[in-house]
Amino acid sequence: MLEIRNLVVKIADEDKQILNGLNLTVNDGEVAAIMGPNGSGKSTLSYVIAGKEDYEVLDGEILLNGENILEMEADARAAAGVFLAFQYPLEIPGVATMTFLKAAMNAQRKARGEAELLTPDFIRQVNAAADKLGIARDMLRRPLNVGFSGGEKKRMEILQMALLAPSMCILDETDSGLDIDALRIVADGVNALRDKNRGFLVITHYQRLLDHIVPDTVHVMSKGRIVKTGGKDLALELEKSGYASYTEAA
Amino acid sequence: MAVVTPLKTAAEQQLSQQFAQAKATLPGAGAVARLRDEAFAGFEARGLPNRRLESWRYTDLRSMLREAMPPAQAGERPQAIADRLALQTISGPRLVLIDGWFSAADSDLQGLPEGVTVRSLSEALAQAPDAFAAAFDLPEIARDDSALMLNAAFASDGVLIEVAPGVALAQPLLILSLGSGAREAAIVSRSRVVVGAGAKVAVVEVHESLGPSPTQNNQALAFSVADGAEVQHVRIVTRQRAETVQVQSLIVEIGKEANFASVALAVNCGVLRQQSFVRYAGEHSNAALRGINLLSRREHCDVTLVMDHAAAHGESRELFKTIAEGEGTGVFQGKVIVRPHSQKTDGGMKSHALLLNEGATMYNKPELEIFADDVVCGHGATVAQMDSEQLFYLMARGLPRPVAESLVLAAFVGEVTEFVGDESVREIIGREIDAWLAQRGAAPKSGAA
Repeated sequence: MLEIRNLVVKIADEDKQILNGLNLTVNDGEVAAIMGPNGSGKSTLSYVIAGKEDYEVLDGEILLNGENILEMEADARAAAGVFLAFQYPLEIPGVATMTFLKAAMNAQRKARGEAELLTPDFIRQVNAAADKLGIARDMLRRPLNVGFSGGEKKRMEILQMALLAPSMCILDETDSGLDIDALRIVADGVNALRDKNRGFLVITHYQRLLDHIVPDTVHVMSKGRIVKTGGKDLALELEKSGYASYTEAA
Repeated sequence: MAVVTPLKTAAEQQLSQQFAQAKATLPGAGAVARLRDEAFAGFEARGLPNRRLESWRYTDLRSMLREAMPPAQAGERPQAIADRLALQTISGPRLVLIDGWFSAADSDLQGLPEGVTVRSLSEALAQAPDAFAAAFDLPEIARDDSALMLNAAFASDGVLIEVAPGVALAQPLLILSLGSGAREAAIVSRSRVVVGAGAKVAVVEVHESLGPSPTQNNQALAFSVADGAEVQHVRIVTRQRAETVQVQSLIVEIGKEANFASVALAVNCGVLRQQSFVRYAGEHSNAALRGINLLSRREHCDVTLVMDHAAAHGESRELFKTIAEGEGTGVFQGKVIVRPHSQKTDGGMKSHALLLNEGATMYNKPELEIFADDVVCGHGATVAQMDSEQLFYLMARGLPRPVAESLVLAAFVGEVTEFVGDESVREIIGREIDAWLAQRGAAPKSGAA
């Protein structure tokens, strides 16, 4: 379970405050969507949960299964179960995708005191997960995300999510840059991971993604706060009426 | 303006005394003795290389050398040398230099194919000095360099390798240059590889120091690459004392339709100047110089190169990757000269550096001197910090910071390693890089040691 209490965050080297006392809870097994206009702080929220260093937390706390994760580095948060599917996955030239996947899986196993994966087991797991997402073997041999299309990068994010089996998945605008077929593949990949022990925080501008990943709850974010919470119908309502009434209210 | 006559430094004075004393015993009479005299006179007129010279701007030997260490004597052989020799890691024939002196007993020439001859420089010069004076030949672009003058004056030994036309060596030829480190000494060697037309050879030189005493090295390796020949050169400089100051020169003359490719690795290198002079004497040839410099503490690595396109249709490629931490200093000076008739020259030069903390420094200075009008020449130089976005991405997948950093850094230099053809040599370079990365991962963040 993810609980965010009164989170106040600014950009580290600037005076610009982005999150202004944000409260949010995502229960195990829940798929929560966050919608909101550009600049409302959605991506910042995802980065702050994952442990990016460019921000300064002025107040509040983020609890994962009751434990405050704010003091942890990004790798420790990942080992604790946080996974961020990036809006713009980074290209890492020179690092083979398989090498990276193995290093990531073993690092987390090590942090949890588990033995390293044996290579045959690792390859079997990767191949099985890749097949489900329509990821060609040839892509796994290339350097991580280098020369991948937008859709391939997003599928690679979901592959990592499947292999690392986190307890809290954050999807930051996973639908951006995807055509409708790619969107369906990615959404199917996410839906296959829905589980009563796993929470999802799905950040999106558009309702479209939520046709494929149907949320339990929808939160509207504006000016660094959650200003409205409802069921999945709230997304449809927003699609019709826009964000204007909420941004004014905030 | 008044004419300034620089005063000789203590080291320069010591060198004059040393040369006067050593002259009589240095190998090579006749033509070689005259050549040494001329070289030393040239050195005395110029003095030690210093920052007033554009080509030595960032490596001021005049101020770095407080004193000139005495010439290394033959015959030092501490146990560390035997231990190191037992760890033969590159398969194939090996030539061993100890403190610059060829050691026949430690060398292994089994497996040398017919058509390959190896001699020690000192023996060759003692037997037939006039015949081997060519070992000291320099192309025009290197003739004004006072470090090479010193090298010609003092070179006591080295190896002369001849590969007959058409001979292809299956395994790399290793020149293992070990410093005994038994006492402070100047190690001066000159080696030359003559590659016949259409021959194919890989030469790997490894420079390591095994004892506690720093040294002053001035070592040169020259290649004469005949038409249609193919040469791969690798140089590894490692395990040097922090106070060791050395100049490693590479001199290459290439005939037509020939290939020369070099990869150099500097790690734990003390103060190192690597200078290369490449002259294209024939058309349709290509040469590539690439390298990796991993610098910690107060290490200094200066890569200075001149590519002289004196013939048309030549191709040159340079790619250097430097990572500096602590107070490490990297220098890249690359000059590409395209002579007036050298049309259709294709030159591409790149130097990229990552500085891991504020105390580290990189100087990049690409120069193009183009006198022909139908050429393609480009250069790129970057200095950056490690990409924090890449690091965050890797850490967000659970990789601890040192592991994420090592992955990014290994990938950064890995682009160069790929150009090493021989697998066992590539593995050794990979191990040196991994060891450096592991050591920095384990070291305190300050980087100063």
